[in-house]
Amino acid sequence: MNLAYRDIRHNLGRFLLTCFGLSLLLGVVLSMIGIYRGLVEDALTLVRTPVVDVWVVESGTRGPFAESSRIPGDTREAIARLQGVSAAGSVTYQSVETRHGNEKLRLYVVGYEPGRPGGPDQITTGRPIGRSHYEMVADKRTGLSLGSRIELGRDTFTVVGMTDDQVSSGGDPVIYITLKDSQQLQFELAPPAARREIARGSGPGDTDTINAVIARVSPNVSPESVAEAARRWKHLAAMSQGEQELILTQSVVERARKQIGLFTGLLLIVSAVIIALILYTMTMDKLREIATLKLIGAPDRTIVGLILQQALAMGTIGFGFGAILITSIKDYFPRRVVLQPEDGLALAAAVILVCVLSSALGVRLALKVDPATAIGG
Amino acid sequence: MSNSLSEIPLVHVQNVSKHFGEGETRVDALRDVSLEVHPGEVVALLGPSGSGKTTLLNVIGCITEPSSGWVSLDGEVVYDGHWLRSDLRKLRLEKIGFIFQFHNLLPFLNSTDNVAVVLSLAGFDKDESKRRAIELLEYLEVGHRKDAMPANLSGGEAQRVAIARALANRPRIILADEPTAALDSERAGIVMDLLRKVAVEQEAAILAVTHDEKIFDRFDRIFHLRDGRLDDQNT
Repeated sequence: MNLAYRDIRHNLGRFLLTCFGLSLLLGVVLSMIGIYRGLVEDALTLVRTPVVDVWVVESGTRGPFAESSRIPGDTREAIARLQGVSAAGSVTYQSVETRHGNEKLRLYVVGYEPGRPGGPDQITTGRPIGRSHYEMVADKRTGLSLGSRIELGRDTFTVVGMTDDQVSSGGDPVIYITLKDSQQLQFELAPPAARREIARGSGPGDTDTINAVIARVSPNVSPESVAEAARRWKHLAAMSQGEQELILTQSVVERARKQIGLFTGLLLIVSAVIIALILYTMTMDKLREIATLKLIGAPDRTIVGLILQQALAMGTIGFGFGAILITSIKDYFPRRVVLQPEDGLALAAAVILVCVLSSALGVRLALKVDPATAIGG
Repeated sequence: MSNSLSEIPLVHVQNVSKHFGEGETRVDALRDVSLEVHPGEVVALLGPSGSGKTTLLNVIGCITEPSSGWVSLDGEVVYDGHWLRSDLRKLRLEKIGFIFQFHNLLPFLNSTDNVAVVLSLAGFDKDESKRRAIELLEYLEVGHRKDAMPANLSGGEAQRVAIARALANRPRIILADEPTAALDSERAGIVMDLLRKVAVEQEAAILAVTHDEKIFDRFDRIFHLRDGRLDDQNT
């Protein structure tokens, strides 16, 4: 006879309500892990999208994401001529804020040369950029749709293609425009500033500047050898794809990662304390029944089993509800929440462990109950 | 000594003392208490509050360890200066049935399962436990309430289910703590009739702590406890 199950069935409403409360807590823990995964995923998306092997940036910087990097526009030709490079492309990256209708829109603008590395890897609807000016490919998270027109700088752009899950490490949705357009957007001075520059005799300013050159290398060629060759130009720095990813995960999102990790740890501790208190209270409510069970001859394993099984049932149901809840609403979070099966399993194991440890308090209380209290003496 | 079963006491307590605390805080709950209860007997333990009734019941129920003396249950010496068995819960399960003032039924089990739980603890399989539990409920004329939860039972019904639970594993010693205190005269009489029936038909010894004057005439013998001692004038 399973006493734990019978007791749960007897107080089903209260038990389910407790499980629901716990599920909200565990759902928050799971979402924190998902947000962390999403943060890393988002940070790496931009770096992985062009599918390249080498990043060439301004000397002395770890650009273009961790630090600002400006190099001459003709660097791409120089890199493309290096032995082992199969393709190279110039890219720019910048954040802009504009309006779409009445909505304020923060965007992460990637400028690239169509036909060269740097553009979107997959277009879900529409087409790639076909004209040299004023067309853009936008991520669906911008809220824009095919044919939408928005103003960037002094020009109006039309959305011709859409991508999925392309965001910056800051969570801003990505749009792709041509390199020329992005250079104008990033480096062209506003007319009054340009007039002032001309008046000073220094001209309106050169816009042929890029943030990085990205390159693919031929099979059997080491990216490190290409990077080494690029570093011979003293004004350039070069790094492999792996190094660039490391910079992003260990530098750009490191603080956020620590913050979320700490918060997740705190939530787990809070969960453990709450589970322990719930189990302790549930045991307190059953002291007379436990004393009676001891008096009529129930061994300790029956009493321990009663508490432990209820703890595990509560943890399992709470985790299950929490996982279902977060899976259902994760797409409504403003930032990407990535739920990976291994994270879910790890949290489930942690919850089981927490339940077992937390039930120790209730078990200790139950084992100390004097069977004489059932008699009332 | 005769070999007749009825002459071998089921409960035999000899020179049992129990004190709590030491020095100035020492309280002598039982002083040199000796008594015997034979099969088929229904005896009462009377005394004012604090006289040691519950302590004696706990000693006989192997819940409280005496400070000195000798205790035998169902022919087995269980205490002789110290407990002679380590598995006292198993001993209780095998030899003793308990009946409480407020029935102490497990609120999350129905009548049948409240009885069957004892059999389940004793190792009976599920079907056998259930079958015997229903038999007992019918024996105690509460079979029609076999599916009812304790909260839905009347006081008399709940006490009969509690008696069924006490009898489930066929113990030969039944210890009852104020078994009729929560019942009216009529139901108290019914419960006492049932205890008498059990004592006679199952050759069990029943020892009840009670203050209930309306049932004094239902006992074979009455032991009076005062300040931890049994009065010489036991009736």
